[in-house]
Parts: sequence; C-alpha cells; structure tokens
Amino acid sequence: MKRPELNCGYVALVDSAPLIIAHELEFAVEEGVALNLIRQPSWSALRDMLALGHLDAAQMLSPMPIAMSLGLGSLSAPIDALMVLSANGTAFGVSNALAAELGELTFGDPGAILTAIKQRTSATLRIGLPFHHSMHGLLLSYWTSTEPDVQIERVIVPPSRMADAVAEGHVDAFWVGEPWGTVAVERGIAQLLMVGRDVWQFAPEKVLAARREWIAQHEFEVRALTRAVYKAAHWLDAPQNKQLAVEILSRSNHLDLSVDLIDPAVTGQITPKKGEGPIEIERFLQFNDYGANFPWRSQAAWIAQQLGSDAEDIERAKNCFRSDLYRTNLDGAGADYPIASEKVEGSLHATDKVESKNGQMILAPDAFFDGRTFDFSGLSA
Amino acid sequence: MAFFDQAKLVGVMGPSTRILVVEPNELRLDDIVGALQAAGWSDVKALQEVSAITKTVKDYEPDIVLVDLANPDRDTLEHITLASGAGKRAVALFVDRTDEDLTKAALKAGVSAYVVDGLDLSRIRPVLETAIERFKIIRQMQTELDAAKQALEDRKTIDRAKGFLMRNRNMSEEEAYSLLRKAAMDQGKRVIDVAQALVTAADLLS
Repeated sequence: MKRPELNCGYVALVDSAPLIIAHELEFAVEEGVALNLIRQPSWSALRDMLALGHLDAAQMLSPMPIAMSLGLGSLSAPIDALMVLSANGTAFGVSNALAAELGELTFGDPGAILTAIKQRTSATLRIGLPFHHSMHGLLLSYWTSTEPDVQIERVIVPPSRMADAVAEGHVDAFWVGEPWGTVAVERGIAQLLMVGRDVWQFAPEKVLAARREWIAQHEFEVRALTRAVYKAAHWLDAPQNKQLAVEILSRSNHLDLSVDLIDPAVTGQITPKKGEGPIEIERFLQFNDYGANFPWRSQAAWIAQQLGSDAEDIERAKNCFRSDLYRTNLDGAGADYPIASEKVEGSLHATDKVESKNGQMILAPDAFFDGRTFDFSGLSA
Repeated sequence: MAFFDQAKLVGVMGPSTRILVVEPNELRLDDIVGALQAAGWSDVKALQEVSAITKTVKDYEPDIVLVDLANPDRDTLEHITLASGAGKRAVALFVDRTDEDLTKAALKAGVSAYVVDGLDLSRIRPVLETAIERFKIIRQMQTELDAAKQALEDRKTIDRAKGFLMRNRNMSEEEAYSLLRKAAMDQGKRVIDVAQALVTAADLLS
C-alpha cells in the first residue's frame, strides 16, 4: 500500500521544529505517512490553503483555529487543533530609542515595564505583531489591559521584517517569535525586555490544525500525524538532542536560518541586549515536557474569552482543542496525558502533579503575571 | 475568460467600484492596474509601498483589494481590514463558496482578494476575472523568464565541461559534446547533470 502523503503547511520559525523533525528524522514514515512540508508566505495564505483543502494540516498560531471556527476573522471554517505544538517561545522587545526613554529595567518584569511605559511622555506606542489572531496579540492585550492609560497601536509586520520595521522607525516595540527577536538584538537596533512566559507562564503558542471534516474522514492519517509529531516534540525536548536539533533545523532547507539564530530559542539562552551575555530562561520554548502538547480545553476557552467571546462561543471554542482525539491517537505511543481536559488556567505557581493515564504527571507553572485565574468549568451546563 | 461588453460592464459596475491593487513590483503593478482600467474600471488605485497600506485603506476605502497570494504583507492587510471596524468589514473573497470555480481559478493564478462584506458577487466577479487573467499572464512570463535564466546557466556549465574535456583530452568542441551526450545516455541522465558532475570534479581536482 502506498504511504499517504500529507500536505503540511508551516511558517518558517524556530517553533516549526516539531513538523520538520517529524519529517527529517522519519517519525512520520515510521507511523506510515509521508509529510510534504509546504512553506507559506504568510499566516493568511496558510489559513486560506488549509480552509480550501490545499493543505491537509498546518502549524497555526493557537488562536487561529478558534477565530476561524467562531467566524471572527476574514475567513471562517471549522478548524480543530489536534495538539499543541509548542508552549511559549516569543519575546517582547523595544527599539533602542524607546529603551533609552524607559531607562534601566530588570529583564522579565511585565509590571515594571508597563509602569515605565506609562510614565514616558509620547502618546501612542506602535507595537509590531506577526498576525491579528496570535498569542502575541492576546498576551499584549492582556498585559496592557491592566493600564488602560497606555495607548497602543498594533502594526502587523511579517516576522522576518520585524527588525527592518524597528530600524526604519515603523514600530517602537514588537512582540515576535524566535529567531526574529534575536535578529533585532544582533543587528544592534533593539533590546528584549521580557519573554512571553513572563506574562503567562505556559501559553499554548502553536497548534497542529486541520479541518474538522478532514479529521473525521482521515482517522488513520490523523492518528499517524499526531503520533509522529508527538514523537518529534518528545525528541526535541531531550537535552542531549538540542545541539543536533539545531544542526538539523539549520541544514534542512525548511527554515533558511543559520545555527546561531536557531540555537537561542532551542537552548533557552536568550541575549536581551547586544554585547551582553545570554540569560538562561527555563521553558523559554517548550515542545513536549509538562504535557505541553496536550490541548487543554481551558486553554481554548481562555483564548476565546480574550477574543471577546460570550459563554456560548467559549463552549464552542473548547471543542476546537481536541483533547479527546489526543488521548485516543496517542494511546500506546508512550505518551502520558492528564485525566482532566480542563484546568483552572493561571492557578499553578510552581510545578505540580496532576492525575494522569499513567498515575501522575507533572505540569509546569501556568500563572499569569497579575495572579489572575480563569476557571471555565462552571460555564458548561 | 468571458468577454465583457464595455458599455454593459460600466452599467453593471457603475462608476463607483473602488479597486486597490497592492503589489511591490512596479512593472507588475502597472500591468495589473492597466488591465483593470482597460477593462472599464476607472477607479483603480495602485499601492507599491507597503508601509502606506493602513493610511491608503482608510483614506481610499476600497470595495475590493487585490493582492498576490504569495505577498507576505497579506497579514498586514488582513489586520487593517479586521481592525478598521468602521462598519465596512472586509472579508477574504475565498469565504464565498458559492462560486467554487472562481475561487479555484483565483487560487491557481495566485490572486487573493478582500471585498467589503455584502458587496454583490456580480460586481466582484468581473473584477476578479480580469485580475485572474492578468495574474496568469504575469506568472507565465515569470516562469518563462526563470526558464530562460536556467537555460543560460546550464549552457555555461556545459561550456565549462566541454572546455575541460577539450583541454584534458585534446578533443574538438564537437567531440567533447558528443562524449557528454553519450555519457548522459549511458547513465540515463541529462547532459546538464553529467556536465555539472564533471565541472564539480574538475574544480576539486584543480
């Protein structure tokens, strides 16, 4: 029997790694499918291609399937997330000019950064983001909502051009996925002030998405794809594989990025300012550990709520994160997963144990910078 | 491609359909705008500089925005259409599944379009059909140009391989080419592949 070939879309970023590794190290072939990785010029193009069936599956920003399923964007379609591809992995940075205005700041202190921004004189802050419906955008809104006086203008810039946008003065600050924060720092035009997890310690960043209808009709492919990508993510999170992973990602023709640009995100060694040493950031980009791949229905609910959804739509959003399929597809693949499908988002301030298929598994802290918690369980009637 | 009667077209379209074309390549931009104007739309705006998108969309209030599917600035455009919120919500044209053929043709030609929500399909269709035709021609020209460039590169490589054989085996140019061809046929490869291998080996040996 011929191995089914799946067209998988991605946008060239370090966190495309699980798909690339699943292909390059042949985890997909082991599961009986071939991945045809198709690079996309923009998130909009990726979305259109997926919705119209030119792609079978795709790496997506975690809010995209929800926005599409709820009809919030310019193209609606029932899209589900089979698993989370990665947690965290983004950084917030400012131009040198704004950095000088803000003065000395401790790295990774969202409250202090916001206070400093509030105290500066200029009115509106232009902040570069990669896409309208992105975790970057949601974290930015969440973070700045605590200071309504801070005026923000969102400017969407393709990530690969973010550094140019800073250099040319189109944006004062940016929130972007790696390697593009590192690129801006290396060019000496910006510095990083914090990373995504400083605002939300365990944010689902990218998901593996497919059309709901396609999922229903392709049981074997969905199962193989999920298992292959899970195994790739697991491989990526093993410390002994990090250097090899960086080499493979750099050498494969999927990213066109050099080793020194891929390395910081994969190893969690982030350099906030050119000429200074790197800071080691735990869980800067998490591919697999701490149940990172599990699509928590409560994560989907949080995303929907931040997108402005009402209780009914929040319930619909929950169904986009297919924790049900995750469990059945990964059965026997050596994966542990939680028994519960929802948690109180923001309630973990330290690593903690939860009940899992194998007994107990450890979850990473998922607290928000302002200590708020989100319990969506009461919504389901 | 349907044939449009100019007078009838203006009647259907009215003078008021505002079309914005976003394309960084100046020649291509002129080409697309020209094609639309020639087909009867007078209110066509060309935008080359992407940094001006926000202002242009706000000031010009286009009914239809046409942009290359491969243009990375689509995400920027997307945001503007979603964030404008002035009651005129633009949607990606592909959302309209009532016209599968048109959608497929647009996708194949590499055109994406944003239209104001509620705009009648009969007003969108001719604009998009004209754009699709133009994008097809542009794509075709690009393919031909790429092929011509490649052919030139290949010829240079074959010339180098022939030169190597002429020097090292004391052959005429004709004999050198015959040898390359024979080697290619024997190995079931293309002449260019054999020449490339020879040039690479020659570089290593020199």
